[in-house]
Amino acid sequence: MRQFAPSPQADTVALREPLWKIRWKLTMRGLSQNWAVFRESRIGMFGLVLIVLFGVFGALWPIMINTVWDPMIYHPVVGFDPMLAHPSPPTRAHLLGTDPIGRDILAQLMFSTGREFLLGVLSAAITVVIGTVIGTVAAYYGGFTDTFFMRVADIMMLFPFVPLLVVVGSMVRLSFFPFAVILGVLGGFGGITIILKAQALSVKVRPYIDAARVAGGSSFHIIRAHIIPNVLPLSFLYMMFNVTSAILSEATLSFFGVLNIDMSWGMMIHTAETAGYLFDFGRYWWLWLPSGLAITLFCAAFYMVGRGLDEVVNPRLRKR
Amino acid sequence: MSRLGQVILTLLIYITLVYFLLQAMPGDITQMYLANPKIPQAAREELKKQLGLDQGVFMQYLTYLKNFFRGELGVSFSQYPRPVWDILMERLPRTFVLFLTANVLSFYVGYVMGRVIAWRRGRVVDYAATVVGITFWTAFYPLLALVLIWVFAYTLKLLPLNQFIEPKLWQGAPFSVNTVFGYMVFGGGVVAIGLFLIFYAFLRGLKRTRRNVTLAWLSGSALVALALLVAWRQGVLVYIWDIANHMVLPVCTLTLISFAGTMLLMRDSMLETVQEDYVMAARAKGLPDNVVRDRYAARTAMLPTVTSLVLSLASSMSGGLVTETMFSWPGLGQVLFHSALANDYPLATGALAFTGVFLLIAHFVADILYAVLDPRITYTGQPATEA
Repeated sequence: MRQFAPSPQADTVALREPLWKIRWKLTMRGLSQNWAVFRESRIGMFGLVLIVLFGVFGALWPIMINTVWDPMIYHPVVGFDPMLAHPSPPTRAHLLGTDPIGRDILAQLMFSTGREFLLGVLSAAITVVIGTVIGTVAAYYGGFTDTFFMRVADIMMLFPFVPLLVVVGSMVRLSFFPFAVILGVLGGFGGITIILKAQALSVKVRPYIDAARVAGGSSFHIIRAHIIPNVLPLSFLYMMFNVTSAILSEATLSFFGVLNIDMSWGMMIHTAETAGYLFDFGRYWWLWLPSGLAITLFCAAFYMVGRGLDEVVNPRLRKR
Repeated sequence: MSRLGQVILTLLIYITLVYFLLQAMPGDITQMYLANPKIPQAAREELKKQLGLDQGVFMQYLTYLKNFFRGELGVSFSQYPRPVWDILMERLPRTFVLFLTANVLSFYVGYVMGRVIAWRRGRVVDYAATVVGITFWTAFYPLLALVLIWVFAYTLKLLPLNQFIEPKLWQGAPFSVNTVFGYMVFGGGVVAIGLFLIFYAFLRGLKRTRRNVTLAWLSGSALVALALLVAWRQGVLVYIWDIANHMVLPVCTLTLISFAGTMLLMRDSMLETVQEDYVMAARAKGLPDNVVRDRYAARTAMLPTVTSLVLSLASSMSGGLVTETMFSWPGLGQVLFHSALANDYPLATGALAFTGVFLLIAHFVADILYAVLDPRITYTGQPATEA
């Protein structure tokens, strides 16, 4: 058998380049490969373009309010335009009209975009972090840990979330951050742990895990350095789906008026509905159409990106 | 069976959680009933004692649990003095009929579309159906419901506007609403089983000749006609028609919003099965494309969607709050919403616990169904032993 001696060339390369740089390069190469697969999926790209558009739209808000718009008139919550009868249809000053109490719809829409991003990403990130940690730990240790967290997940999946949050919300009005955290934590212990655990189990039986253990790696090291990186793509995928569900829950609860949030897309529709303008849909279209479309498109965008990522993560779905 | 034990344990934990969650909410029942200054102190104490509120929280919980398993869920506060159990039982058939119909329809639409778009992967149909499906799937549901009500009921006046019955028609009706719902559940069930048996016998059991297909269709429609005739003779047909008319809009909305779930699941599952060898063998044999698709690939690919049907049936019934509120459909979800707004704890707890029981049963059924449909899976997680 031929002996493998490290070639002098490889040695010098390794010496010249620090370890983090090599790791960085490897990560970048992996990312660019995945990007190539992702670009194949037109649905995913469509969603990504939508998200970027929403991002630009949301980023315009601070610029507009600080330079172009007068905060007295265009403030999304307390603004009021004394020159018009409200709700006013779209005019040059208010491109999407005003709501029943004289606030500019476009300003509300822009202001809320950033908040929705924050809400969706924050709660999805909490969900995914909790889900990944629990899933990998349950898969790695098995036994009681596994059974315990899987039963917890069963119970969480049992909870009818939206009704429950409506019930809770009608008694304690939740505000923005507590609501995002509650959504995230509730989701984190739920079904996502089961899926991520299944993935972690398939990683756990690979030979390199045994190799790492033989080489003296601690459990923490193995989970952190070997299992979690291999589960992460799937976690990221579920993060996209969680953004969708978080924002839809927020919109639904806002619509029913059980949240203590001053402005969001759901709140805009709630305002129009409680003021009675939704009985004449066709006439007052600007009160519900922009925000309704925004919710739908925003959620659809994240869902589509999730579908696109699915084709990256899930090789069985790739083209033959 | 250990699985059954787990289900009961989960149910117990669930009810405990719901109970203490609602106990922890501010705005106590005691304030509603006991803070009335017109009630003298002695009467107040007496009332407190009667309601069992002088005992500790834990004792109250134990009492609740004991009563729960006896089927006594207490007395509603907002609809005093009706027992919670009666209210829930009155609402259950309405919710059941609505969501069963909607789920079966959306499952069927999703199943058919899923197998088509998987077969035509990467074509225009695939992209169009996926984008449209996802858009409806993530649509803002209450608003979509309002728009559809506005278009079809208010502007076009094609469908009844709200509620689940036409009050004028039901004045002096010889039946109560729930009797009619009972007829619908029972009759629908009998007809469905009959149709299934007929089609199973003719299309699977016997040889699939043209004569047998015609016979199957003939006897199937004869069965439906017979059921309608019986309903007409009994005098319920007009009432069933009224309810069905009111169901069209909610059912269509639910279908629109949820067909994409089944469709995408079916598509993904189908993409895996079409790569299997037996599908290629069927194609190589020279079978027509749609036969390979519908009878070879789709049947295997259906597996995950069937279990998701059971789960979505259960979860949509509990999540029916939005639907029922938007369409003023007096079912379980609406009762939950109103009881929450009215701080009616016994009713809210009862409704939540009730939906929990439903979901649990559905999970249990889904597990069993999965194991029955796919012999490779057992519920213990170990591979099935070869006989």
